[in-house]
Amino acid sequence: MNAPSRIDGGMIGRSVPRIDGRLKVTGAACYPSDVGVEDAAHAFLVTSTIARGRIKQFHLEDAQAVEGVLDILTYENTRGKVGKARFFAGGGYTSTTIMPMDSPKIWHDGQIVAMVVAETFEAAREAAHKVRVDYDVREAVAGFGDTRPQPRQMSNPLSGSDPKTGDAEKAFREAEVQVDAYYATPTQHHNPIELFTTTCVWSGDTLTVYEPSQFVHGLKNGLAQQLNMSADKIRVVSPFVGGAFGSKAALTPRTAFVALAAKRLNRPVKLVSTRAQAFTVSTYRAETEHHVKLGADRSGRLTSLSHEGWEVSSRPDNYKVAGTETTSLLYACPNIYTKVNIVHADRGTPGFMRSPAEVPYVYALECAMDELAVALTMDPVELRRINDTQVNPIDGKPYSSRALMQCYDRAAEAFGWSKRNPLPGSMTDGDWLIGWGCATACYPSNVAPAEARVTVAPNGTVRVQTAGHDIGTGAYTAIALTAADLLGVPLEQVSVELGDSTLPPAPVAGGSNATASICNAVAQACEDIRDRLAQAASHADGPLGGADHGAMRLRDGRLVTPDGRSEPLKDALTRIDFGPMESYVKYTPEIASGTVKVMGHKMLESGLPAMTSGSAAGDHIQYAFGAEFLEVRIHRRTREIRVPRIVGAFAAGRIISPTTARSQLLGGMIWGIGSALHEATDIDRRAARYLNDDLAEYLIPVNADIRDVDVIFVPEEDYQVNALGIKGLGELGNVGTAAAVSNAVFHATGRRIRDLPIRIEDLL
Amino acid sequence: MRPFSYERAADMAGAIEAASVASDAHIRAPVQFLAGGTTLLDLMKIDVMRPERLVDINPLAPALSGISVREDGLRLGALTKMSAAADHPDVIRNYPVLAQSLKLAASAQLRNMASLSGNVLQRTRCLYFRDVAWEACNKRNPGSGCAALEGNTRKHAILGVSPHCIAAYPGDFAQALLVLDATVAIAGRDGERTIPFHQLHRLPGDTPQAETNLAPGEIITHFDIPSRPWTRRSLYLKVRDRESYEFAVASAAVALDMQGGHVRDARIALGGVATIPWRASGAEEALKGGTLDESSAKAAAQAAFEPARAQGDNHFKIELGQATLVRALLDAASLEIRS
Ligand SMILES: Cc1cc2nc3c(=O)[nH]c(=O)nc-3n(C[C@H](O)[C@H](O)[C@H](O)COP(=O)(O)OP(=O)(O)OC[C@H]3O[C@@H](n4cnc5c(N)ncnc54)[C@H](O)[C@@H]3O)c2cc1C
Ligand code: SF4
Repeated sequence: MNAPSRIDGGMIGRSVPRIDGRLKVTGAACYPSDVGVEDAAHAFLVTSTIARGRIKQFHLEDAQAVEGVLDILTYENTRGKVGKARFFAGGGYTSTTIMPMDSPKIWHDGQIVAMVVAETFEAAREAAHKVRVDYDVREAVAGFGDTRPQPRQMSNPLSGSDPKTGDAEKAFREAEVQVDAYYATPTQHHNPIELFTTTCVWSGDTLTVYEPSQFVHGLKNGLAQQLNMSADKIRVVSPFVGGAFGSKAALTPRTAFVALAAKRLNRPVKLVSTRAQAFTVSTYRAETEHHVKLGADRSGRLTSLSHEGWEVSSRPDNYKVAGTETTSLLYACPNIYTKVNIVHADRGTPGFMRSPAEVPYVYALECAMDELAVALTMDPVELRRINDTQVNPIDGKPYSSRALMQCYDRAAEAFGWSKRNPLPGSMTDGDWLIGWGCATACYPSNVAPAEARVTVAPNGTVRVQTAGHDIGTGAYTAIALTAADLLGVPLEQVSVELGDSTLPPAPVAGGSNATASICNAVAQACEDIRDRLAQAASHADGPLGGADHGAMRLRDGRLVTPDGRSEPLKDALTRIDFGPMESYVKYTPEIASGTVKVMGHKMLESGLPAMTSGSAAGDHIQYAFGAEFLEVRIHRRTREIRVPRIVGAFAAGRIISPTTARSQLLGGMIWGIGSALHEATDIDRRAARYLNDDLAEYLIPVNADIRDVDVIFVPEEDYQVNALGIKGLGELGNVGTAAAVSNAVFHATGRRIRDLPIRIEDLL
Repeated sequence: MRPFSYERAADMAGAIEAASVASDAHIRAPVQFLAGGTTLLDLMKIDVMRPERLVDINPLAPALSGISVREDGLRLGALTKMSAAADHPDVIRNYPVLAQSLKLAASAQLRNMASLSGNVLQRTRCLYFRDVAWEACNKRNPGSGCAALEGNTRKHAILGVSPHCIAAYPGDFAQALLVLDATVAIAGRDGERTIPFHQLHRLPGDTPQAETNLAPGEIITHFDIPSRPWTRRSLYLKVRDRESYEFAVASAAVALDMQGGHVRDARIALGGVATIPWRASGAEEALKGGTLDESSAKAAAQAAFEPARAQGDNHFKIELGQATLVRALLDAASLEIRS
């Protein structure tokens, strides 16, 4: 086990307002889409209106005739100009291997077919509306359904095989109590408020890209590969990101074409894609189907668990989330079978969306667990307790820590679960049926290599630089708290720079790894500075001469010894150098192994994913846990479903920044409610086309839908996960919520709705 | 969006003159009035509406907006903002169905921008209409067919449908005007005319593009709502997937004149389920003269949906529409009206 770091400066774990909050609420924060570039031309995309086929002919005359039009890019003039880069999910950069505007081929509805560039946005838009395209149309497959193609079997990406142990089929047949059910989750889109924009500015042979990004180093390196240029010549700037949720993690096709257009015109080009285009120019959460079979003995102990999943992907890409990795290790069970299938359709390539694997797969398992509790006439919390495990049932590797049942107990108490009458339909308030449900939340504690530079000036101001990303998560605040804590300076003296590829590389803001990865790098840099100051102080004449340097701390602007001697930080600094003191750290996760351990920083600097999953942390596994309880109210006559209150208790290691961590969990639970009751992208099956592609018709919860949300932190110390004891929690809150809703709907009505979203018509 | 010219109306006559151009429908005329713009500009940006000229009628607001409460009724100027009418104490107290239908519509921002006339003239949310990638849409592209018929129809109508269009009328306020017997005052080239509100909208039939009986150039100037025995015992019930900022999946405007448990008169309009603001006369007849209870409410609701024709995903609206109406009727019957 790693030794706990010296984190007793009183800042880590302190509730402080978001340090960039004022900038954001006053509009002073400059998001990449806000950047005004002088003399920029404006681009507007034209996207395909067919899902499968080929472009026969463009009619560009009317568009070209629009005043102010400068250029129209189509495959006819861009073919071969943008090179291939490797697929992100296959360890590369791009969100898809589909290369629009490289050939007349159409893979999905809404694929980019042309980009109009004009003097003004308005002219570009008008001309784009006047581009006409003739297609050879082929019949498209929209996804699952009547025309469901033979599922193509795929293996699991992480372990190389689907997790299995024992003989689940036999154990299921022999089980005293059985649950056998199918579940489904719909297509969903991230819908970040900041749209998918890109501004490219060339200066000689160097390129600056302003684009909201969850991974500036990935974007830079991937784009360099596509444009066949040196990555050193590209700078990506994204200090703030107006929502991302996975949609801005990988390099999407649009960026290279904006760079190309800017080169052709020899002037900056800014692209703003529309809200509707946002549904097809990046990725989405694909719809999934699940077959879950649970067997148990009368005492509730699981004897068999099998989970088979189907996921939609594009024709060329084998993207999948394969959440069986998690559902196979959640509960003790001697016989486990899992399998994941991909169904290829004429759709864009799906991608990460907040808790990609856990949201759909844990949904299915946690509903099935509730069904099992009902079949056993057992309290669902007790069922979880009986099947709680401290080891992975597949291979026996221990959890570094697992406080699932503590979470259940704390949340149950706060919720008042003991007052629940388990009989479905038994609880009412006037015309409203009341249902209470609960479910498990969990998320792997992933960690990645990260680099950071910390500089302390003689006046005590601290500058932290790392190309991490604050996608609204609170990264600025968590990083500042870490540096303030370890360097013993007030928070106001710390400035943090993020989201610029000229800064030390940091991993993708995905997989909830950022706080763990970056704060450990920053802490190491701070420790290094403290260590150098302490050594010098103990060797030199002065108040601290001869003291044990290893025991010295930085506190309240002073270097102090355990026996109470101290000197001002300024004196300690100027002893070594008249200027600022700097430390640059390359942090490698303690759990890293194999290639990442050896070459993690080369991978990071090349913008390649180098994250070690909490499900493959060497001799153990590491996960954060939570338990969520909520109440649904369903009108007796008209069947509207509302969620007046939700309580979640979470154990996620050390909480660096409680205020922003709470916001993450709160937002996650709200998202979870939405994913159960509101969110779904409607697809017209004939055309394989998205229908509700705007924020009026794509429903997410509004303020009026959300009333009481209670977040409880269950204290947890776990220094095996990493030196600071951090388990990521950005994606924890929305796991399991949808199952809790579905379970509560059953409790209210006696009806088990297994296909999300649950809507009025399901309950009439 | 296409280029267009913009001008501010100097006076009513000029605005009418400017917009009195040949067209197959008021809403499709190449010259459009601009009120709050929340329907018009939205549809222009997504290329669904392509007017060449916009005449901004907001300069006429002094004459065309305002709320006047009289002994015999209420007059609402056409350019009155939705929020102003929704928040007006007399409207809230004496014409609750009007205030509620407005308050439950759209969002605060939209209600602050949008006019009452623009509201009643808002266009369908049919997603096949709203995306020009769909070629077949008789409303947008007369004679091209209807992509929705075999498509996703959850939000589509079951009442007043035709084989040419099943698009739902999305607004809320219109149902309230309908149950209160409102009239619409219209100014046009040939002077002024007043029509009952139920004559404003047209069933889709084989010309779903027409939408209303307004002629190009005609301006709605105000709505008159008579004060009647049923205006105070009225309410608007809107059922939807989320609590706010969503169009109705089903809604009911109800106004009752009750004596004891007896229904002297009942006025019912349905939203979210019909191609136009829908008066449920059959249900009204069924209730008149009887008592209002669970079973009579259910019988009335059944009568209301007798003519319903569902299509694919929207079958549930027959049941939901009835449940909505039953709930609205029973709620209205139990309202405590203080004089
Ligand atoms: C996201 C969203 C959600 C919404 N939700 C709801 C909802 O839940 N319920 C609801 O009822 N509505 C809803 N609406 C619709 C909204 O209420 C209407 O857009 C608004 O009322 C239109 O008013 P406006 O003044 O902006 O009209 P405009 O857009 O200015 O005009 C609309 C049309 O009416 C014509 N017009 C306007 N005034 C006159 C006049 N006096 N005489 C002749 N022609 C005129 C215009 O020429 C134009 O063709 C929603 C709208 C949006 C965008
Ligand atoms: S229902 Fe009406 S508006 Fe919708 S596609 Fe059909 S014709 Fe067009």
